[in-house]
Amino acid sequence: MPEPFLKMTGISKVYPGIRAVDGISISVSKGEVIGLVGENGAGKSTLMKILGGVVAPSGGTIELDGVEMERLTVGGSMRGGIAFVHQELNLFENLTAAANIFIGREPLKGGPLRLIDECELNRRAEPYLNQLGADFGPEAPVASLSLAEMQLVEIAKALSLKARLVIMDEPTSSLTASETERLLKIIARLKAEGVSVIFISHRLAEVERSADRVVVLRDGKRVAELGKDEIHAETMIRHMIGRDLKTLYRPPAKPPGEPILELVGVRTAYRPEQAVSLSVRRGEILGLAGLVGSGRTELARTVFGLEPLKGGEVRIRGEPAPIASPSAAIACGLYLVPEDRKRSGLIVDFPIRENITLANLEVHAKHGLIDFGAEEKAALKQRDRLDIRTRSVTAPAASLSGGNQQKVVLAKWLSMQPQVLIFDEPTRGVDVGAKSEIYRLMRELSDHGVGILMISSDMEEVIGVSDRVAVMHEGRIAGFLDRGDLSEQSILSLAVGRIAA
Amino acid sequence: MINRKDLWLLVLIIVVGAVVAIINPRFLSPINLSNTANLIGLFGIFAVAQAFVIISGGIELSVGSVIALLGVIFIDLVASEAVNPGLAFVIVVAIGCLIGLLHGFLVAKLGLQPFVVTLCGLLIYRGIARYYTEDATAGFPFGASFPTLEWLVAGRFYGIPHSLIAFIAITLVMGVVLHKSVFGRYLFAVGKNEEAARYSGIHTARITIAAYVICCGLTAVAAVFIAMYTRSISPSSHGNFYELYAIAAAVLGGCSLRGGEGSIVGVVLGTVLLQVLQNLVNLLGIPSSLNFAVMGSVILIGVLADQQISRRAVRVKAPAG
Repeated sequence: MPEPFLKMTGISKVYPGIRAVDGISISVSKGEVIGLVGENGAGKSTLMKILGGVVAPSGGTIELDGVEMERLTVGGSMRGGIAFVHQELNLFENLTAAANIFIGREPLKGGPLRLIDECELNRRAEPYLNQLGADFGPEAPVASLSLAEMQLVEIAKALSLKARLVIMDEPTSSLTASETERLLKIIARLKAEGVSVIFISHRLAEVERSADRVVVLRDGKRVAELGKDEIHAETMIRHMIGRDLKTLYRPPAKPPGEPILELVGVRTAYRPEQAVSLSVRRGEILGLAGLVGSGRTELARTVFGLEPLKGGEVRIRGEPAPIASPSAAIACGLYLVPEDRKRSGLIVDFPIRENITLANLEVHAKHGLIDFGAEEKAALKQRDRLDIRTRSVTAPAASLSGGNQQKVVLAKWLSMQPQVLIFDEPTRGVDVGAKSEIYRLMRELSDHGVGILMISSDMEEVIGVSDRVAVMHEGRIAGFLDRGDLSEQSILSLAVGRIAA
Repeated sequence: MINRKDLWLLVLIIVVGAVVAIINPRFLSPINLSNTANLIGLFGIFAVAQAFVIISGGIELSVGSVIALLGVIFIDLVASEAVNPGLAFVIVVAIGCLIGLLHGFLVAKLGLQPFVVTLCGLLIYRGIARYYTEDATAGFPFGASFPTLEWLVAGRFYGIPHSLIAFIAITLVMGVVLHKSVFGRYLFAVGKNEEAARYSGIHTARITIAAYVICCGLTAVAAVFIAMYTRSISPSSHGNFYELYAIAAAVLGGCSLRGGEGSIVGVVLGTVLLQVLQNLVNLLGIPSSLNFAVMGSVILIGVLADQQISRRAVRVKAPAG
C-alpha cells in the first residue's frame, strides 16, 4: 500500500446545537476507491465540504503531501488535486463541453485583445473526453447532453485540473442502468491511472462493486471501516444504523378509523412512470420515509396542487378531491407544511399576525376589508395555543427562532379546519424543545381526527412519531411497515431498494 | 399609519419648500400653489396607479404611451364623434382596463417579464396613437366648447383644482384598498414572496393581473384629466417619460422595485416632492434643460440616504439580537 497523500485526522465540525462531524479520521492513497456511506445527515456532505475548503473544520488537522494544516481553502484544495463531481452539476449549459472544461483557464490569442482561442480550446479538451470514452466532441453544447454525458464533462474537467482525487457525490442517483454501468467502468479506469475516487452513494450494490474500502458514518462519527472482503450491503446497513432511539413515541388515543386521505395510483411529473398508492387513516400518523431524491417532496407537492397530477386520484374522506391548485386543496381541508419554511412556508418580512391569517384572511374581513381587531385576536389565540414565544404578534416572523417559525406555519393551518395535514420535514432546523412540542401537537391533532402524513429523513423522527411507515424508493412505494416492524434496519433496507428480509 | 420613512420625506418637502419660498416668495403665491396643486393631482393619479404594479413585484413602462393613446381617443370621441363625454370617459377607462388585463395576463399566465411586456406596450400604444391621428395634433375644433366637461375636469373649486380633488378621492379609496383590504394584503404577499403566497392558497396570478388592471384603469382616468388640461395632444410627445415620473415618485415614496413594499402616503409624498422640485427649477431660474438632472440627482441622493440609514439600523440591531 502506498503512503497516503491525504490524511484527515480527528476532524470535527460543530454547528450551533449539533456536531455535524465528530472526530473523523480518513486517509486517501493513490489509485484507491473509497466508498463513503451513511444515512441522510450522517455527516457525509459536511465532511466533503471540509475537503473542498468550503467549510472550515472546528477541530482536527488535514495533511496534504506531508504538509499539515488546520483547514483547506477552496484554492488550496483545488491546487492539491481534489476535484468534485457534484450531485447537482455545476456546468454552464449555454457553453460547449470544451468551454466548461477550461472555464477560467481558456487559451488566449490576439495579445492584448484577450480573445479566446477556440481551436486550441477544443484541441486541448479532446484527449480528456477520449480518455473517458465520451461519444460527443468538445464542441458539443452542454445543453444538448444527457445527464450522464454532463457528468463526463465534469470528470474531464477534474482530470484537466490534474486531479488526484475525484469526489463523486451520489453520481448515479439520476442515471439509467446502462449509464451507471459506464460510470462504474470509468471509475475503474481512473483507478487504473492512479486517480483516487471517493464514491458517496446510497446505492450499496454499486459501492459493493467499485470500492476498495468503505467508510461508514453515523451521527457525524466514523463507525466502521470495511476492507475489500468485508464490503457487503448487509454489513454496511448494520453499521449505518444501530443508534439507541429515544422512546418518544406517543400511542394514539384510539385505534385508527376509516381512511381520510387516499392516493390511488398517483403519478407525479417527477417520476410519471411510477404510480403511488397509499392511505392515511383518521387518527393515524403515517410516516413517509425514503432517501433524499426518492420523490417524497414531489409527491406532497403534487397532492397539494402545486404540480400537475399526471394520473390517478386523490380522495379525501372517500370523495375524489379536486386538487388542481393549492387553493383547491386547501378548500378540501388538505394543508401542507412545506420543507423550506423560509421560502415557502412564511413571508419572513411579514408580521407574525399576518402570516398566521394569510390563508384564512377572508374570515376576518367584511366586504373585502380586514377587521384588524378580529385578525389580532385570532393571531393571539393561536400564539397562546401553540405557545409561540413572542411578546408581540406584530414582530416580523424573521425575528423568531426556527422552532417558533415552524409553529407560525402550523398556526396558519390550525386556525382553519384541517382534515389532512402533510408535514414535509417538520422539525428541520428546529431545536430539541420545540421539536417535542411539535410532535405532541401532531399527536393531538391526529387524536382529534386529522389525518397526518409526515415526510421525514430523520430516522429518529420516523420511528419515534409514526404509527405506520411507507418507504419510498425512486418514486415508488417500496413497502409499508407497521409499528411493530419499525426499525432502522427495516426502513433502510426498503429505502435503498432491497426487499425487506 | 405614517411611518418614519414617510416622515423624513415630509420633512424634506417642507425644507425644500421653505428654501424656495425664502429665495423666491412667488412660490407661495395663490396662482403658483394652485398650478402646482393641479400638476400634483394629474401626476399623482398615475403614480398611485404605478405603485400597485411595483408592489406586486412588476413594473409598468407603458404609462406615457397609454396616456397619449387614450387622450387622443377621448378627444376624438368627444370632439369628432360627438359622443357624450361621460360615455367617452367610461369607454376610455374600459380600454385602459383591457390594456391592464392584457399586460397582467402576459406577465402572470404566460410568465413574460413585466419589463419586456410593458416596454413593448410603450412602443405599440405610442405607434397606434400616432397612426390614429395620422401624426397630427388632436384637439378641439376652433370655437367648440364643452363647458360642463371642462368645468368638471379642469375647473377649480375655491381655487382648488378639481384634478387635485379627484386625486385625493382616488388616493383615499386606493389607500383603503392597499392597506385595509384583503386584496391589498394579498398584493403585498405576492410581491414579497410569491411562493409562500401560493402555498397559502392565494390565487397569485389573479392578484398580479388585478394590479395591472388597476394600474392601467387609473392611468386612463389620469389620461382624461391630462387631455383636458393640455386641450391639444401631439401624439408623438404627449406623455413622454410620464412612466418615469410615476416610477420615481413610487421609489421616492418607499416602494421597492423588488416588490412587496410601499405605501400610499409615501407615493403621494413622492409625487409632491417631484412637483415641488419641478417648480423649484422654474422659480429659481435654473435652466429648464437641467430639469431631469435635478430630479435624477435628488432621487439618487434620497435612495442612497435611505439605504445608509436602514443599514445603520441593521448594524445597531445586530449586536443586541
